[in-house]
Amino acid sequence: MLKDPHALITHKEHWKDYYLFTLESPIIASQAEPGQFIMVRVSSLSCPLLRRPFSIHSVEGKNIEIFFQKSGIGTSLLSNKITGDFMDIIGPLGKGFSWSQHSKTQDIVLIGGGRGIAPLYFLSQKLHSAGTTPIIFYGGKTKDDIPLKEKFEQKGFTIYCSTDDGSFGFRGLITDCFKDQLKNLTPKQIFACGPEPMMKAISQVAVKRGIPAEFSLESVMGCGFGACWGCVKKIKTKAGSEWVKICEEGPVFSSFEIVWEEQEK
Amino acid sequence: MIDLSVDFGFIKLKNPVLAASGTFGYGIEFSPFIDLNKLGGFVVKGLYYSPRPGNPPQRLVETPSGLINAIGLQGIGVKKFAEDILPQLRKYQTAIIVNVCGETEEEYAKVVDFLNKEDGISLYEINISCPNVKEGGCCPAQNPESTYSVVHLVKEVSARPVITKLSPNVTDIVEIALSAQEAGSDAVSLVNTFLAMAIDVEERRPKLANILGGLSGPAIKPLALRMVYQVVKHLNIPVIGIGGIMTGQDALEFLIAGAKAVQVGTANFVDPEATVKIIQDIQRHCQFNNITKIEDIIGTLNE
Ligand SMILES: Cc1cc2nc3c(=O)[nH]c(=O)nc-3n(C[C@H](O)[C@H](O)[C@H](O)COP(=O)(O)OP(=O)(O)OC[C@H]3O[C@@H](n4cnc5c(N)ncnc54)[C@H](O)[C@@H]3O)c2cc1C
Ligand SMILES: Cc1cc2nc3c(=O)[nH]c(=O)nc-3n(C[C@H](O)[C@H](O)[C@H](O)COP(=O)(O)O)c2cc1C
Ligand code: FES
Repeated sequence: MLKDPHALITHKEHWKDYYLFTLESPIIASQAEPGQFIMVRVSSLSCPLLRRPFSIHSVEGKNIEIFFQKSGIGTSLLSNKITGDFMDIIGPLGKGFSWSQHSKTQDIVLIGGGRGIAPLYFLSQKLHSAGTTPIIFYGGKTKDDIPLKEKFEQKGFTIYCSTDDGSFGFRGLITDCFKDQLKNLTPKQIFACGPEPMMKAISQVAVKRGIPAEFSLESVMGCGFGACWGCVKKIKTKAGSEWVKICEEGPVFSSFEIVWEEQEK
Repeated sequence: MIDLSVDFGFIKLKNPVLAASGTFGYGIEFSPFIDLNKLGGFVVKGLYYSPRPGNPPQRLVETPSGLINAIGLQGIGVKKFAEDILPQLRKYQTAIIVNVCGETEEEYAKVVDFLNKEDGISLYEINISCPNVKEGGCCPAQNPESTYSVVHLVKEVSARPVITKLSPNVTDIVEIALSAQEAGSDAVSLVNTFLAMAIDVEERRPKLANILGGLSGPAIKPLALRMVYQVVKHLNIPVIGIGGIMTGQDALEFLIAGAKAVQVGTANFVDPEATVKIIQDIQRHCQFNNITKIEDIIGTLNE
């Protein structure tokens, strides 16, 4: 883990509200594992104040990528950065997916909802180079919300897409698309990231069918490195269940560890 | 060479920059980023006698140049602190300060009594902003009598010098500061966070699960500075300034107002190197202005 105040933006792409930045940060790139994240300073002024967390989307040599959705002040400011700008980042942070033990497992399923697809690309890269070809489920509100579809297809992965409005692929939630495909698939492991109701629904299916599953959780983060205790989620531990710092112990947890919130908005 | 050390009488700090409680973990979280030995000292996260679960999330909200937190003092308790954390801190050559919390006056005393036996702690800082369960959730900081009472009790059991950390959520902070001094406090630090809230307009709900939280960060700096200025005028024990310090300039404002040292809080989240950069900034300021001793700046406000 380190602070790199001079991560150079070497490439930028965007589709409507989604942005992909390539950052040159050799040490972070060499240490990163799928599911880990970085904390980005979006402004050198004091407003917005806090760094923003983003999953590591891919690693290629000395570069890392982040993929984000413009959804507030911080992400808007970030979206204005251009190739040649520097970014002040801290990473790699947290504990990622336990993918290495599954390198020989086939029928691994990755499920991403919206910008939750971000960490799953890096995971697919690692699994692929370890000899596994994961199956991808990718959902969004409309066809504009699944911009990374081609990126996965180019890797030769099977990908199932869903859109809420039916503008592309399965009409409805990615959860239902996944459930629908379960008649043809026997997943041995699920890795998922997306809105919490989506992850909760997948967790329920996984538990019912006895499929091990891991999820990358989100929470407002003050620091990203364990100092503020702001980012907690309820997690089952030896002591029962506790508020656990997801920046340090997570953000990835298994369906057996996560205590899902009762009410959803 | 510029002499950055500040002498409190009961302790001499390498330099006037400390890290504030609750924003610096137990110290070790920052060792990947900075050399902790460079600090004047650091205050560890508030400790109750027993472990505490803390509040449900959402615990943090960002506001313009500020942060509202309602962590609820989640923590590991004194025993685990002494067993697991303190041995790791003893190797550092800097002042290590424990922020002492309690649900009752007796709990404050129990924490101090327990820690008295442990090596490697320089000072105690009493966090009198903790809700008192017996007093219907009021904290000792809220009136001069309860401040006096808890500080007096802690001073009786303490084997180490004591700093009292004041809350800004009072009508007259000078009155409370005087009462801490009268009870025997060796120094005061101020301020803790300002009681605050934020509302989600779409949901018409408070953004924090706890509804209310404490505001920190640059947004509070002018308020904190005003309070430090007022308290310094009336006290004859050292005052430590806290609130929204992000840069050396910010720290110098507090020193010029008369604070003997400062604590850096929220800035640590934004830049984990903030404390060390502030020390460098202060050093540069002294060099540039031919000041050989930082103590020559303290309390030099031209009015
Ligand atoms: C571990 C982790 C990894 C993430 N990875 C990605 C990613 O790869 N791509 C992506 O698009 N987004 C990701 N997010 C969510 C992203 O951090 C938020 O979208 C972003 O912080 C919003 O900032 P803003 O200033 O635009 O929004 P605002 O709403 O203006 O932000 C206000 C505050 O709330 C926080 N906040 C708002 N929404 C979220 C959220 N969903 N999660 C956490 N904090 C939030 C912000 O950090 C900020 O402190 C991740 C979050 C976490 C915790
Ligand atoms: C997340 C968080 C946790 C805090 N926890 C404590 C604590 O345990 N004890 C305490 O005395 N003050 C605590 N504080 C208050 C700070 O030490 C400091 O007084 C306050 O944040 C103002 O300084 P700042 O603006 O530099 O952050 C906390 C502040 C924050 C932001
Ligand atoms: S974000 Fe600060 S402890 Fe997790």
